Amino acid sequence: MPSPLLGAVLVDDEELARALVRQLLAAHPDIRILAECANGFEAVKVVAETKPDLLFLDVQMPQLDGLEVLELIERDAAGRPAVIFVTAYDQYALKAFDANAVDYLLKPFDRARFETALARARTRLDSGAAPALDPLVPRGAPLSRVVVKDGVTVTVLPVSKIDYVKAEDDYVLLRADGRNHLKSQTLASLEEALPKERFVRIHRSYLLNLDRLVRLEPSATGAPTAVLTDGARLPVSRTGAQRLHDRLGH
Amino acid sequence: MHPFFTQSGRLGLYLLGWIPLTAILGGLLVLAGGLSLLEATALSVPLALLYAFLCLSSWYLCRAFPVDSSRLLATASALAMASIVAASLWLLSGTTLAWALALLPAFQTLPDRLARAGPVVFLLGVLLYLLVLAMHYVLDAAEKVRVEERRAADLRTLAREAELQALRARLNPHFLFNSLNSIAALVAERPEEARSMCALLADFLRTTLGMSERISIPLREELALARRYLAVERVRFGDRLTVSENVDASTLDVAVPPLLLQPLFENAVKHGIGARLEGGVLSLVTRRSGGRVSIVVENPADAGAEKPAGTGLGLANVKRRVAACWGDAGHVCARLHDGRFRVEIELPAEA
Repeated sequence: MPSPLLGAVLVDDEELARALVRQLLAAHPDIRILAECANGFEAVKVVAETKPDLLFLDVQMPQLDGLEVLELIERDAAGRPAVIFVTAYDQYALKAFDANAVDYLLKPFDRARFETALARARTRLDSGAAPALDPLVPRGAPLSRVVVKDGVTVTVLPVSKIDYVKAEDDYVLLRADGRNHLKSQTLASLEEALPKERFVRIHRSYLLNLDRLVRLEPSATGAPTAVLTDGARLPVSRTGAQRLHDRLGH
Repeated sequence: MHPFFTQSGRLGLYLLGWIPLTAILGGLLVLAGGLSLLEATALSVPLALLYAFLCLSSWYLCRAFPVDSSRLLATASALAMASIVAASLWLLSGTTLAWALALLPAFQTLPDRLARAGPVVFLLGVLLYLLVLAMHYVLDAAEKVRVEERRAADLRTLAREAELQALRARLNPHFLFNSLNSIAALVAERPEEARSMCALLADFLRTTLGMSERISIPLREELALARRYLAVERVRFGDRLTVSENVDASTLDVAVPPLLLQPLFENAVKHGIGARLEGGVLSLVTRRSGGRVSIVVENPADAGAEKPAGTGLGLANVKRRVAACWGDAGHVCARLHDGRFRVEIELPAEA
């Protein structure tokens, strides 16, 4: 039985790096290259539009890196697209597996290594097993920015711009620059990834950027209210107040 | 403050040296003035102690008149003058003390006999003053040698660090692996370009190899290395990397430590070009005005970044090396302005 055609998207900011993958894919007539992207923003958009089966993804790219792209693309129930990371950096390799990439190719690689990765991807696609995907890729260092997507628009929020984060069912609402951004993630996993010295969990549903705190107002019920630089008022739980006091050195 | 007062051991040692001098003073008083042993002791001990401290003032003279052959005459006359003044003061104090002692019946004729020994005491005073002065010059020179040695040791350490860093640059995964990957891509379709990329890369690696063993190189060589490096990166980044050069020919022979600028170019490519979708212009400007040279490396900064991330280590190393080589005469200034990251190095123009 002839196998169905597979669509692939190549993402790398270096033309030559894309050329190498293109050359090696030429030996596979059943794989069609749907698009090539030179940056992460384009990749998120193109993946949403073309719905590829295979994604070759560079990690080090300007503005939106490969891990952030992986965080933003949607995958169907069968786990498409299968992602193969292509990187010169070893330290990303383990994280790529955490992020449920099929395989990673370390630059430069030869045909044999490329074929192994491709064979793994085919197996994954044939099995149709959707990888359990945590949208947050665990990283060594705390995040310096958070990426959010609204439709095909990708916004990069530097953590210093985030006022607070609020839990909303399966989403988190990020308040930054007077706007709300929704992201499919749990508050606990975002808290884990954000810099600890800047963000404090002041409430079951709120994570506060300490730089935004103006004062704590006591209330009759005992739990204080946090007043922010833009005048916003957030509830503070008893344990939240304790954390704030510990942090602010009272 | 005189260094002897900040280092207690030295003052003690110095005063110890004055014990034989006190004996000499006493001896002279006995021989030239016919003083008794008791009289000579009563006079010479306080006088020597006083003069020991008075002579320490010559340290300020030593500071004010560093050894400089062009001002030899002026220095010599100033030092002679100072020794005469010091010796006169000393003799005056001695005479005063003798008159005070003469109030005691046992010492009634002391002033007369001291007056007889006056010229000898004066001469000794001049000699002692000059002796202490000479000691200060010797100590000062020894101190300078020590400082110079420490600076040279610091320089060697920094040079070794630079070598290590250069080694790391050669083995920088981002640079080396990506360059090899470019070659792998070129091999099949554009073998001629693959060959020239191999040559460029080898050229760059070979140049860095010999360079770090030297203490200083002409700026010309440092810039040649940078051009090789940028040529390799241009193969990778294509149109995204544009280099603009405005090099003043009169700066080319200025001596710099090897690989001083390399971290700046690497930062500029990694953060200024590689981190931007549209790439940009990396600009290099060198200028000379009078005895100063200015080297400016500038690149567009990533618009989203609050500060160029990861530039810290390379830049810190550049700053330390400039400080080690030129002290206060060298400056490194880095700033983010109007979306461009600019590093300026200012150095004395020495070949």
